[in-house]
Order: sequence, then C-alpha cells, then structure tokens
Amino acid sequence: MNSFALNDNDTTDTMDINDDTRGLNYDENLLFEKERTDTPGVDLPTLKGTSSRTGQPTRKNIGLHQVSEPQVVRHFVRLSTKNYSIDSGFFPLGSCTMKHNPRINEKVARLPGFAHIHPMQPESTVQGALAVMHDLQNWLAELTNLPGVCLTPAAGAHGELAGVMTIRRAHESQGNAHKNIMLVPDSAHGTNPATAAMCGYKIRVIPTKETGRVTVEAFKEALYADGDDGHDIAGMMVTNPNTCGLFETDIAEIVDLLHDAGGYFYCDGANFNALVGKIRPGDFGVDVMHINLHKTFSTPHGGGGPGSGPICVADNLKPYIPSPIVLKEGKQYRLERDGERETSCGRLKGYQGQFGMHVRALTYMMSHGADGLKRVSEDAVLNANYILSQLKDDYHVPFAGPCMHECLFTEKYQKENGVTTLDIAKGLIEYGMHPMTVYFPLVVNGAMLIEPTETESKDALDRFTKVMKKLAADARNGETEKFHDYPVSAPTRRLDEVKAAREPKLRWKNS
Amino acid sequence: MRYLPQTQKARTEMLESVGVSNVDELFVQVPKKAFIKGKADLPDHQGELEIERQMLSYANQNINAQSNRFFLGAGVYYHHVPSSVDHIIQRSEFLTAYTPYQPEIAQGTLQYLFEFQSFIALITGQEVANASLYDGATSMAEAGLMAMRITKRNKVCFGNDIHPQYTEVMETYLRNNEGTSSYSISEDPSKIEDGTACVFIQSPDFYGKPHGYDEWRKTCDEKGALLVVVINEIVSLGMLPPPEQADIVCGEAQSIGVAMSYGGPHLGFFACREKFIRQMPGRVCGETVDADGKRGYVLTLSTREQHIRREKATSNICTNQGLCALAFTVHMSLLGEDGFKQLAALNHEKACDLTDKLTSIKGITLKNENFFNEIAVQLPKGKNAGDIVQQLADEQGIIAGYPADDNTILITATEITTENGIDTLTIALKEILK
Repeated sequence: MNSFALNDNDTTDTMDINDDTRGLNYDENLLFEKERTDTPGVDLPTLKGTSSRTGQPTRKNIGLHQVSEPQVVRHFVRLSTKNYSIDSGFFPLGSCTMKHNPRINEKVARLPGFAHIHPMQPESTVQGALAVMHDLQNWLAELTNLPGVCLTPAAGAHGELAGVMTIRRAHESQGNAHKNIMLVPDSAHGTNPATAAMCGYKIRVIPTKETGRVTVEAFKEALYADGDDGHDIAGMMVTNPNTCGLFETDIAEIVDLLHDAGGYFYCDGANFNALVGKIRPGDFGVDVMHINLHKTFSTPHGGGGPGSGPICVADNLKPYIPSPIVLKEGKQYRLERDGERETSCGRLKGYQGQFGMHVRALTYMMSHGADGLKRVSEDAVLNANYILSQLKDDYHVPFAGPCMHECLFTEKYQKENGVTTLDIAKGLIEYGMHPMTVYFPLVVNGAMLIEPTETESKDALDRFTKVMKKLAADARNGETEKFHDYPVSAPTRRLDEVKAAREPKLRWKNS
Repeated sequence: MRYLPQTQKARTEMLESVGVSNVDELFVQVPKKAFIKGKADLPDHQGELEIERQMLSYANQNINAQSNRFFLGAGVYYHHVPSSVDHIIQRSEFLTAYTPYQPEIAQGTLQYLFEFQSFIALITGQEVANASLYDGATSMAEAGLMAMRITKRNKVCFGNDIHPQYTEVMETYLRNNEGTSSYSISEDPSKIEDGTACVFIQSPDFYGKPHGYDEWRKTCDEKGALLVVVINEIVSLGMLPPPEQADIVCGEAQSIGVAMSYGGPHLGFFACREKFIRQMPGRVCGETVDADGKRGYVLTLSTREQHIRREKATSNICTNQGLCALAFTVHMSLLGEDGFKQLAALNHEKACDLTDKLTSIKGITLKNENFFNEIAVQLPKGKNAGDIVQQLADEQGIIAGYPADDNTILITATEITTENGIDTLTIALKEILK
C-alpha cells in the first residue's frame, strides 16, 4: 500500500494518508475496519424489559461491528464504483445475455401487493400473484411450444436439475429405470454433466471438436456405443444454439434417432435469446428445456443472482415435472396441493419459486410483446454476425458462420506473439469494456465467446470492434509485454488467484 | 420497442457488411418447421403506462402484510427493511453486474460477498461460510449431500420438527441418488441409526421452539454422524446461543433485508467448519493481493465447481443469490452488534405480548412454553385450524398464521407487529371460537 506524508504549512504535524484514494478511484477498507460508533445505524423502539421465554441462555457477545447509517451508505456506494455493469457499458459475455435491464421491472416487483405477500397465505388472498404466475406459464408455453411449465427452479442450473429429474421420473414410471446414461457434447456448459451426475446418470461425451456441432455420425457412435439400439440411453443434454454460437444443423435427424431409442432431448435454454419470438424449440424436437429468466427476459443478474430457471416440457413429460404448478379452475387460481400429482418428481425448492423474478420477466415480456420479442432475436443474431464479419480477419474463427446470437473466436493468431485470450480480456478491461466469455467452450483452445445482445447500437458494436482490432494490431506488432501488465487503469491490477486458493482466507477475523 | 436501439439504416448497413440481404438468411440452418408463422400468438408490445395498470390490478388483488393484520411466519418472516438497503441494491453497479468472473472490475461485488461470508460466520458461530445458496430448503438439501460425501454414508436423519417443505426438498434430491434414504426420530437421540451421515436439528423448530445442541453433539459423535443445524429465522441468533457445536449450519436469511415476495427470491446461507471447505457447495469468495500487492478479492476454490470438475463437481450450482446477499450485508451493517441483539429482543417481546393476549382466550393453549418470535397455538377440540385461518382471511382480511395441523396454528410476531394488530387478532379469534 502506498503511503505518503502531506506537510501542512501552518503546523509541523505530519498527517499520513495511508490509502490509495485518488480522484474518483476510492480505496475502501472492510466495513469491519471502520471506526466503531456508540450506537448502531438503526433506531429501534426501546425494549420494555420482558424476561426471556426462549428456554435458552441469552446470547451475550456476537462479535459484530457497529457503524452509523452515513458510514454504511458511503461504504457500499464506494464499493459500487469498483463494479462494471451493463448500465455502464458494453458487456459481451458469451452465453450470459447481458442485455438492458428495464427499471419498470423493478418498480412493478416492489408493489406492496407483490413484495409483501407470504407464500403460505390462503390462496383466496393471493389471486393476483397466482394470475401473474399463470400468465407467465402461458407466455413461456407459447414461446417454446412446450405446454407443461413449472416455475419453481431458482436458477438455470436448478432448472437443469428439474428437467433431468423429470426425465428420470418419466423413465422410472414407464418401466425404463435401466436407462442410466446421459449423452452430453464436450461443448456443453459444465452444469450439464454436473446436473446429470447429481441425478445418478453416467455421462457419455459426444465429441464436437472437428465441426463445433454434434454430427449425426458422432451422435450415432455415442448412442450405439454399447453395440445395442441405445437401450440404456436416458437422454441427451444439448444447448441449441450451442456454446460455439451455432445452430445444430442436424438436430432433426439426431432427435429422431434419440426418440427411437427412447431417450429424451433436454435443451439447455441458456441461448434462447437467439430464438425467442421467432423459433419454437418444441418444433425442433425438444422435450424439456429450462429458460433463464435472468438472461432472455432481462431480470437483472444482480452480480450473480437471484436468477430464475423455469422448465418447459412437451405434453408427454407433463405428468412428471416438479410441483407445485399453478392451476386455473373457472376464474380461480390455485397451487397444486402436496402429493396431488403422484407422478411428479417432487418439490425442488421451498414455496413456488423466485416469484419476484416471475413478476419482472412477465413485465418484460409484456413490454416487448409478440412483435418486439421477434425483433429481439433478429437483432441479437444480426449484432453477433456483424461482429463476426468485422473481426474475422483479425481473430481466428474456428467454425464458419453464420453464427446465431454469439460468435466464437480463438487466440490462435495472437498466441504466435505470446498474447493469450486472457491478455486480450484484460486489454479490453483496460479500454473500459467488459471482456467476452473466455476459455469456454472447451472444444477450442483459448476460446473467446462474444454475445452482444440486441440492446446494443451499431455505434457500441463499432467501438468494441475497433478496440479488438487495436489489440490484435498490438499483438501483431509484438507489443506482448504491454498485454501482460493489463489492466493498469482498473480499480485493481491482476489478482493472485493461486494464493487465494492455496491459502484460503474466506472471512474477516478480529485480530 | 423502447429497448431496441438499432435503426433501420444501421440494420441495412450491417446486413450488407455481413453479406446477406435480409435477416432470415442468418437463420438458414434452423429447420423450416420450427419457425413461427408471422409472430407468436401473444399480445403486441405495450408502454409502461398500460403495463403498470395491468400489474397494479393484479397486485391489488392480493392482501399484503402492510395491512397490520399479518401474523404468518413458518419459515418466511415479515420484517422492516431500512430504506438505504433498497437504495443500495438498486444501484446499477450492483443490480446489473454479472457474476464476478473478471475480478479487476468486480471488486464491489466481491468485497460485499466477503463481508457477507464474514457476517454469516460470526452470526452462526461457524468458521467459514459460502457466498449464498438459493434458499433455506435447497441449502439444507446441499448440506445433506455434503454430509454424505464427507462421511461416505448414505442416509440422513431428521432429528426434530423441521420445516416440512425443507424435508420434502431433501427427499426429492435423495430420490435421485441411488441407495440413499432419510428417516425421522422426533427428538429422540437414542433412535439415531448406525451409518447415518448427518442429523438435522432445526432451531427454533417448525413449531417455534428453540433447541440446545450439546446432547445432539454428543450423540452425533458417538454415531460418527455430522450435526447439521437448520435455521430459518436468522434474527433468532441475535438472542439464542449460536450453534457452535454444529458441523454445518444452513438455512434461510431472508429475514434480514429481503422481502417475502411470495416465496422468493430469498437467501439461502451455508456455514461450516474450515476443514470441510473443499466439500462445500456453491460460490466462495476469498482474499488475495493484486500485482501491486494491494488487497483484493476473487472467487476461489473453483476446483470444486462444475465449470472445472464437470460431472465430478461438489454441486451443479452456478448462480447464487448475490443481490439478496448484498441486501443482507447492508442491513446487517446498519444493525451492528447492538442493533441485531435489540431487533431479536424486540421480536421476542412482541411474541410474549402476543402469547399473553392469545392465551387469555378460553380454550387456547400453547404447544410449547418456549419460543422466540413464533408460537404454536392449539385450538379447542372440534375447531379446525385451516378453516379458521381461511375464515379470518376471507371475512376480516386477517392473515392469522399457518395451520400446521388440524388443531394448531403457527402465529408470529415481529418488530413490525403492533399492539393494535395483536388486539385485532385476539378479538377476532375469540369471536370465531365462541
């Protein structure tokens, strides 16, 4: 830490300014290190002094700190200035769909009739909340053409769990409990194999390195690897468009083969932004799919959550989805009762899901409507193809386009001059932009996956491609050292992740 | 179309650069049959005004807790949230950031996660905590799976009255793991079976009764099982002894800073002993230094996680409840040592007042003498708890509590509950029980 002394003309005192705050770059210590105040940052009513009826000793010293409200507000506002966000700039993180987050979503979710209702209130007192959920179920069913919708999963990975449990329950109910293998391409998100494993499935990997897509040949090889007709295959988990930004061109034929073998097609919905309002997954053979409301439908990412991952399934899987779902009987809405649908794979979360996110997502869908959502996928795909066209001479394109809503490059050309994908990412930070997704998918070396989304204008895309071209030129000119120092203008320099993992320090301790 | 900045001119120029004449040429690889003809069978776009009108009419159909006639808890609690909490979590830099994969430009998120972990560890009396999980129920399910990984055993034990939805979720997770099972022992430690991975103890339990842990610790040690304490009213830890004896403490922290919001998003938390950190599920933030030697924070221990380990990961979790963890952290910072203890004591005082008033009604008894902020009220014979709760809601707009069984209503008081509100409930209940 820098420290220097500032001499004041009037006195001989020397004052140490022992932090790094300069201009608007704030150095901010931990809350626990602030000066302790006599009273807390809340004023609560005075206690009457009732004696305890807990039957337990009363806790004495917790070891918490104590500061005033202005200190708390300043602390968190200063911390906030160290974050990059979609509101402050271009955020082309592949497979994450960092699109504009409309504030009306926030306003509506905070209406007291939504924010201050309890999940176990009598249903007659929450008909409006159930109507919101029922509307959302209908919108999702229509947009996917998958009529069975369960809103309870809390995030994408949780939706995957819901979907794979649904598949497992279906096989068990249909006397196919022996089906214990899940086919997963090597380009899949890590959550796919992790989820299948949590549901007791063995993973069989479909290689896609050659083409960036699942080919019929590679699929057959995986499907029939045991020399039979796919007897033990429970299903496949494929993201479509896939994580290379490509639509799986052979999907129709692959799905037919899978269905003939009695397997189900789980489609990871992370990339639904390429299709929404224009193409329906239920019409290209998908049996079950999760939707990330925090991606496609603009509920904020919030620095890593809360998300929401409803699943949508084809008619034949409807009996097996988690409970509860919202039902409409006449004009009344109600939740499914515990155990009402015996074939359900069960309860996956407390209560009914991330209702606050359901409100936000429905608000967003209504804002765009059928006409706007179609435009969303078209602009998202056009924006990605535009970036691909602008950068294809500067960066190696592993698989030829057109791409869908994201485009994939590798570090191949830059590596020749010792510049890696990580260096390029840190270079983008230096130029005031959030990097793309790096080193994913794993099927190419040094992947750079760029998803611009539809909420960027051509100007924003042009500035990004200019910076990318400049970084490519610097790499070509052998200015390698410069890259290794990036970023120099961000709130911190590159962080030592090895130290963090080897000597884990996960909390503040009073020393 | 207010969220779409591209102009028609820009679209035309871009199509030209790409080398196609219209946008549909970019979708040529998609099977024809999958395209929606025209557009989806849904309403067209609407302005803010129309949407607010529609959503407000939905919201107004619900009875919300601001009515001063609200006494429901059962795992989700209505507490006051200081104004600065919502102000801070709505700052763009927090609200619209992603998971902090690029730590140089995400120190804001990372530092508050580190502070969140510190708060959770301090409050629960545990050595370490993670950066949050979806909710209390899934946090308990993850604790069960982790205990099975650590002990290499395959059954879990519900030691006392645990939130029924939590046990349901645990059972859903177990049903998908060949050879695993669960069983209940109704507070009788002598019934813990050999080969048990962990014993879950909820405190206060589902009926509101606080529990001690010493005896459970002893029996768990004899059986080689882990002790997992489940907390779903975290405010109670401002008054009750921390579960230091536990190996894992998990549960729900919605009470601090997060709205009830009809069941989510809430805030699962997860704390444990340091020796288990490499078995912990979910995201973890750790301290380190940058290239200049300056203190900073990163997501760490990622070798446990799905994006590295894939099918061998400790859990499939990717997203956590970041913004809810921020709300908790801001609220806890404001409360501090004295405020947190005072908040807990206030909750208890209100519950004492509630108890005194309600037990003055003829025929009403308490299931447990001891409680924190929620009591289990037993009705006179022949009265059905579900019917009474429904009747009070429909006739007087009173959300009286949760009918835990035919005869019992769980009734909660928090710092928000007023004397007037308690009187309203007392009079209404007295009337209905006549």
